[in-house]
Amino acid sequence: MKPSKENPSRPLRVGAVAYDPKVVTIWEGFKGYFAKRGVEIDYVLYSNYDAQVLANLSAEIDVAWNSPLAWVKSQLESHRHCRALAMRDTDRDLTTKILARKDSGITTLGDLKGKTIAVGASDSPQATLIPLSMVADTGIIPGKDCFVLYHEVMVGKHGDHVGGEREAARALATGKADAACVLDGNVTVFINEGTLDPGTTRVLASTPPYDHCNFTVRADLPEERTRRFVEVLLAMSYDDPEVRTLMELEGLKRWLPARTSGYEQLEKAVERFGLYGSAAARRKAAE
Amino acid sequence: MNPKAQVDLGDLALHEGVPVLLRRALRSLAEGEVLEVRGGSPELAESLAAWCRSEGHRYLGNGRAPEIHRIERGKGSAVLLIPGREVMDVADPAWGLAPRGAQIEAGSPEFAFTLREKRQVWAEELASIYKQSVANQWSAARDIPWRDLPKLSPELEAAVCQVMTFLTENEFAALYVPARFIPRIHPHYREVVEVLAAQIMDEARHAEAFTRRAEAGGAGLGTTAASGQLSLQTLVEEPDFSTAAFLLCVMGEGTFLTLLKFLEDHAPDPVTAALARYAHRDEARHVAFGTAHLRYVLEREPARRASLAAAVERRHRMLASVSGLSPYVYDALVVIAGGGLTPAQVREGAKRVAGLHREMDRSRRERLESLGFAEGDAVTLSAYHTKNFM
Repeated sequence: MKPSKENPSRPLRVGAVAYDPKVVTIWEGFKGYFAKRGVEIDYVLYSNYDAQVLANLSAEIDVAWNSPLAWVKSQLESHRHCRALAMRDTDRDLTTKILARKDSGITTLGDLKGKTIAVGASDSPQATLIPLSMVADTGIIPGKDCFVLYHEVMVGKHGDHVGGEREAARALATGKADAACVLDGNVTVFINEGTLDPGTTRVLASTPPYDHCNFTVRADLPEERTRRFVEVLLAMSYDDPEVRTLMELEGLKRWLPARTSGYEQLEKAVERFGLYGSAAARRKAAE
Repeated sequence: MNPKAQVDLGDLALHEGVPVLLRRALRSLAEGEVLEVRGGSPELAESLAAWCRSEGHRYLGNGRAPEIHRIERGKGSAVLLIPGREVMDVADPAWGLAPRGAQIEAGSPEFAFTLREKRQVWAEELASIYKQSVANQWSAARDIPWRDLPKLSPELEAAVCQVMTFLTENEFAALYVPARFIPRIHPHYREVVEVLAAQIMDEARHAEAFTRRAEAGGAGLGTTAASGQLSLQTLVEEPDFSTAAFLLCVMGEGTFLTLLKFLEDHAPDPVTAALARYAHRDEARHVAFGTAHLRYVLEREPARRASLAAAVERRHRMLASVSGLSPYVYDALVVIAGGGLTPAQVREGAKRVAGLHREMDRSRRERLESLGFAEGDAVTLSAYHTKNFM
């Protein structure tokens, strides 16, 4: 596959991971929206983020709509030669709550020693990696000093599918686990849908705020290639009936310029759990 | 920035309905204005932050005191279309299934309603037709004196059953014609849809009741003639709403009114008489709708009389191979009207059926003239009308 920069007139290829059928609706809609504004884009769907990261770094696509873990992986694999273009308003300052049952006597993270922590898929930043890393910060090493109950729903999709997280909450409610890791916004979702009973859980700990998805490009992709894409993206308005439902499906009210300051916790977790090998091994491989 | 409004949540937690109070309080604020939220529920700060993120607002934290939070209103109020309550000349596909008079969120999908101009579907007096229709619903099980059905002579019973078969075929046609148009009519003109839906219900009831009468005497259903089906097919397949209403409601059901009156007058048993009477009352409403609709159309587009006349002629040509009323139906009507098969009874029956045809023709011409057709045209069109009545 030739790098896209050799053919700057072809439509901008945007990669996305198909974690749900609605992804087709969203991108088919965006494609038409961009075309009307003179920006030709096409979308390529991947079944998992690893494949999308590889495709992006090998210039099979120009832009990747990446999960936070896919961003971190892209940076690791490219030796930090990626840029982030934009993100959703809802991608900023997320937190994960570690919940315990009120009647369990567990009141601090320290009480989790020897206990079972329910998490989402093993590659979910919000429901697994970031909160487990916070637990490890207290000196309790997951898998060694406490048990980890994974819920491997749609592995490869980095927890985009809420199923694993819901299973984790259910494990807490049914007593299979002593604690569960749940994204802040999903706590109320799970209470409202009946997965968690109101008033039966307490928040043991809350992670510091972190950021979620972004549009990632290779650092060497000329800015000119994506300038109009970013302009049209950022100008997209929730008040515009044409894209309102698409924005609802994608879960945002407004696109924002990307920032990359919110991925430190995840980078630390990836390194700590050796998800993509250790930094030392990578340095060696690069030499 | 000073708060523009306050809301007190008491000790409500987010999942206990906090968004109801927040949305209400935020409604009066402009983008960028601040709402002060007082609330004592534990973990409220964290759940408010997550809620604000998902709703596009900004959580500013609890500055003054732990139980006093501040929210900056973001974008995200839906754009509303407000078409109003009055009946518009043209309905917008984006109004979709919203009831007339409702506010409609912009961005709704467009529906493929092809009949979305008032002049295509409207009629005066829709409300009163629908009201009568609802008030006059009857039940074949409850309102028909089935127990009074006598044992008729075999030839009379067979004749009644044959006519019931013919009526049922026609009721089905009269059911399918409006049913084909309902999904094409924009719900903005809901009164039209309601009247047609009631019409469909009427025809379903007639079909059920007539079939039941054929089976009740033990003889069962008679024969459906190919010529009759051909005639009905040309009706069911008419693609234009006003033309279909003209052919079905004015010409066809109008003719049926005369037929049902004739059956009531000559019915050999009280069940058949009651069925004809009830069906007549329903069909009269259908004729009233068709006439009112055509009057509305023709007042605005007098030239459409020519295209309606052309439709009758076209149908006449398509049915040229059909010699007349199917012999099954004609014979049965003669037997019923004469009361039997003796030569004297047949002579009387044939005379009465000839009278029926004349009366059908007379009332068709009268209806056509009331719609503004010239006398000569009315005579021609009435003569062109299908010999199979519907």
